[in-house]
Amino acid sequence: MASTKSSIPFTGTPEQERELMAVIAEHKEQQGALMPVLQKAQDIYGYLPIEVQEMVAAGLGVPLEEVYGVSTFYSQFSLFPKGEYRISVCLGTACYVKGSGAVFDRLSEKLGIKNGECTADKKFSLDACRCIGACGLAPVLTVNDEVYGKLTPDDVDKILAKYA
Amino acid sequence: MENVNIKINGMPYSVPNGITILEACQMNGIRVPTLCYLKEINEIGACRMCVVEVKGARSLAAACVYPVNDGMEVTTNSPALQKSRKATLELLLSNHNRSCLSCVRSGDCELQRLCHEYGVDNEERYTGEKTPSEIDDSAPHMYRDNSKCILCRRCVAACDKLQSVGVIGANQRGFKTHIGCAFDQDLADVACVSCGQCIVACPTGALSEKDDTDKVWAALNDPTKHVVVNTAPSIRVTLGEAFGMPIGTNVTGKMVAALRRLGFAKVFDTDVGADLTIVEEANEFVERVQNGGKLPMITSCSPGWVKFCEHNFPDFIDNLSSCKSPQQMFGAVVKTWYAEKNGLDPKDIVVVSIMPCTAKKFEVGRDDEDAAGVPDVDIALTTRELARMINRAGIEFAALPDEEFDVPLGIASGAGHIFGATGGVMEAALRTAVETLTGDKLEKLDFTDVRGTKGIKEASYHVAGIDVKVAVVSGLANARALLEKVQKGEAEYHFIEVMACPGGCVNGGGQPTQPASVRNFTDLAGIRAKALYDADAGLELRQSHKSPVMKVLYDEYFGKPGSHKAHEVLHTTYVARSRF
Repeated sequence: MASTKSSIPFTGTPEQERELMAVIAEHKEQQGALMPVLQKAQDIYGYLPIEVQEMVAAGLGVPLEEVYGVSTFYSQFSLFPKGEYRISVCLGTACYVKGSGAVFDRLSEKLGIKNGECTADKKFSLDACRCIGACGLAPVLTVNDEVYGKLTPDDVDKILAKYA
Repeated sequence: MENVNIKINGMPYSVPNGITILEACQMNGIRVPTLCYLKEINEIGACRMCVVEVKGARSLAAACVYPVNDGMEVTTNSPALQKSRKATLELLLSNHNRSCLSCVRSGDCELQRLCHEYGVDNEERYTGEKTPSEIDDSAPHMYRDNSKCILCRRCVAACDKLQSVGVIGANQRGFKTHIGCAFDQDLADVACVSCGQCIVACPTGALSEKDDTDKVWAALNDPTKHVVVNTAPSIRVTLGEAFGMPIGTNVTGKMVAALRRLGFAKVFDTDVGADLTIVEEANEFVERVQNGGKLPMITSCSPGWVKFCEHNFPDFIDNLSSCKSPQQMFGAVVKTWYAEKNGLDPKDIVVVSIMPCTAKKFEVGRDDEDAAGVPDVDIALTTRELARMINRAGIEFAALPDEEFDVPLGIASGAGHIFGATGGVMEAALRTAVETLTGDKLEKLDFTDVRGTKGIKEASYHVAGIDVKVAVVSGLANARALLEKVQKGEAEYHFIEVMACPGGCVNGGGQPTQPASVRNFTDLAGIRAKALYDADAGLELRQSHKSPVMKVLYDEYFGKPGSHKAHEVLHTTYVARSRF
C-alpha cells in the first residue's frame, strides 16, 4: 500500500495545538473519547494529517494505528486539507449514469490527485459526493458554492481555467 | 462458581455458569470450528465459523461469545450448520489468494483445514473483484501478504493486547478493509518490535517470517565457508512439534543429529552464549549495586523487548544491561576467539543461529554487533525454517539417533537451558550473582518464585546484607505496565527480567505454529518450559560461572568479567527511537 501521508507540509500553529490539547484534556478520562476528539481536531485543523493524529494518540494514550483506523472508517474524516477551491463531483445515480465518472477521472488526471486529496499548491481539492439534488442538470459538479451542469469531460479545462 | 444444566446435541451436561458455549463444548470433548477466536484477546464473534443452534433463538449463535444459561439446548452439528459454515468458507475464499500449493502455511493453514473438513468442493463458488493488496516486505523479519488475509484480526489482537505495540489494525471499511499500519506506512517505518506474535497468531499464510533458508543452503554449499550453527535454549523443546511430536518433547539429540546431517561444520549450543551472558550480566549487576550504578538493571537478551524499550521507554535505555544477547555473544566469540584458535579468517566463517524468534533477524543487523569487524551472526533462522530445511533435505527426523553437541562451544550449564522460559534469565543470574555477592557456595539453586508463566512475578532475596528486589515480566503489555509503575515510583526493583513474548522464548514468534484450537486451550508456554526445567534439574552443571567453557574463555581470552576485552566483544549500545 502506498502511504497516505499528505505530501503537503503541515502548517499547524501553536494556537491550534493549544486548542487541541484543551479538547484532549477535556475528553481524556471519558470512554469512547476518540470520536469526539477527532471531530474537534478536524474542526480545528480542517483535516487530520499524521501530525495531528500523533498528538491525539499521544494525548489519549491510544495507538496511532487505532486513531488512523477510525479516521479512515468514517467518511466524515479527511486525511488531506481542502483546497482554496473545493471541487465536488456528484457520483449519485443520475449523474453517474450520465457519465460523471469520466468527468471525475478527467479532473483527477488534470489535477494529479485522487479522491479526497488536495493539490500541492493547496489551490484545488477533489471529492466525489452523493446526490446534491440537481439531477436535471446531470452530470453536475460544484466548485465551492458554484454549480456546473450538463458536463462532459472536455468541459473540465474551461472550468479549471476560471480559477487558475 | 455455580453450575448450570445444559444439553449439547441431546446429551445432558453440567457446566459452570457464565462460560461460553464454545468453552462448554470444549470441556466435554465436542469440537466447534473457529477462525477469529483467540481466547481472552480476540473474542469478537466475527467470522461466523463457530455458529451453533440454540433452541428458541431467532438466529444462529456464535458459540465463542454466547454464554450458557440454565436449561439451554445447543446443537453443534446439524445439516443447516454445516451448510452455513461451508457458505462462510466459500465467501472467505471469494476474496482469498488461493495459491495453496506454494503457500508457506500449506498443510498447517486453519482455513485450508476447515475447507477440507467441510467439503468445500468449489473454490470459485463466488467470483468477482478482489480487494487490492500489495506485499509488505519492508521489515527484516516478516512478510505481510494481505491477499491471503481473512480479516480475523488475530494479529491485531496479538500486537495490541498481548504486546501493547499496536502498530497494526484495520484500515478503511467495507470492501477496502485491510490490515495495515497507520497512514498505510510500511512496517519497517513504524514502531514494530519484530516479535512475530502476529505471525504465530495468523490462521493463514498472510503473515510469515522472511525465509532465509536459501542463504543457509548457499553457505553450506560454498567450500570456502566454514559454517557454524548454534541453537537457542528453547529450540530443543519445540522443534519436535514440527514433526508431529507431543508439545514439550525434548529432542536435543535428534536436533543435533539433523544439523550435522545438513552439513554444518560445527553444531554448537547458544546456551554457551547464555552462560557467557550470565557471567557478564551478573558481574555488571554486582558492579551496579556496589558502585551506585543505574538501577533497576533490565535484561537485554530479548531483541523484541530491547526495540520496544528504545521506542517506548527511551528513558530506560541506561537501565538496559549493556550485555549483548546470547545469540550475539555466541557469534562474537566464534568470530574472535574461535577464529583465532582455529586459524580462520572471520570473513570466511558463517554463523547461523536457530532461534525461537523473528526479532533475532532484526538483531543480527543492529549497529555495534560486529566484534570482529563483520556481523557477529550472519543468518538467524526460526524453528520453523529449520524444520523446513530438515524436511527438504529428506531427513527422517523421528528416526535420527541422539547425538551430542560439538566441543567446546556445545558444553553449557542448566542455567543456560532455562533462558528459554520466562524467569529463566533471572534464575540463572541469581545462581551466579548471589554467590558473587556473598562469596559463599549457594546450596539451593532453585529460585522457584520467579518460575511459571504468570505475566508479572516479583521476589525479594536477602543477599549479603541487602534485600535484592527482582521482577520478571513476559509479554510486552506486562512490561509496559511494570515500567509505568517504576516510572511513577510505585514500584522499586534492583533487577528486572523482560522477555517480549508471553511465557518467554518457548512461546516466541518463531516457534512452530499451533492452531487456535490448541492455543486456546493449552498452556503452550508452560508445557514447553517444563521440558527445559526438567533438563536443567537433571544436570550436574547448573551454574553458568562454573562451566568449564567459561573458564577457558576467560583464562585464554577475556581475562575477567567486565574486562576491556569483554566490553569490546560482548557488550553493545542502544538508540532511542520514535514512539510512532
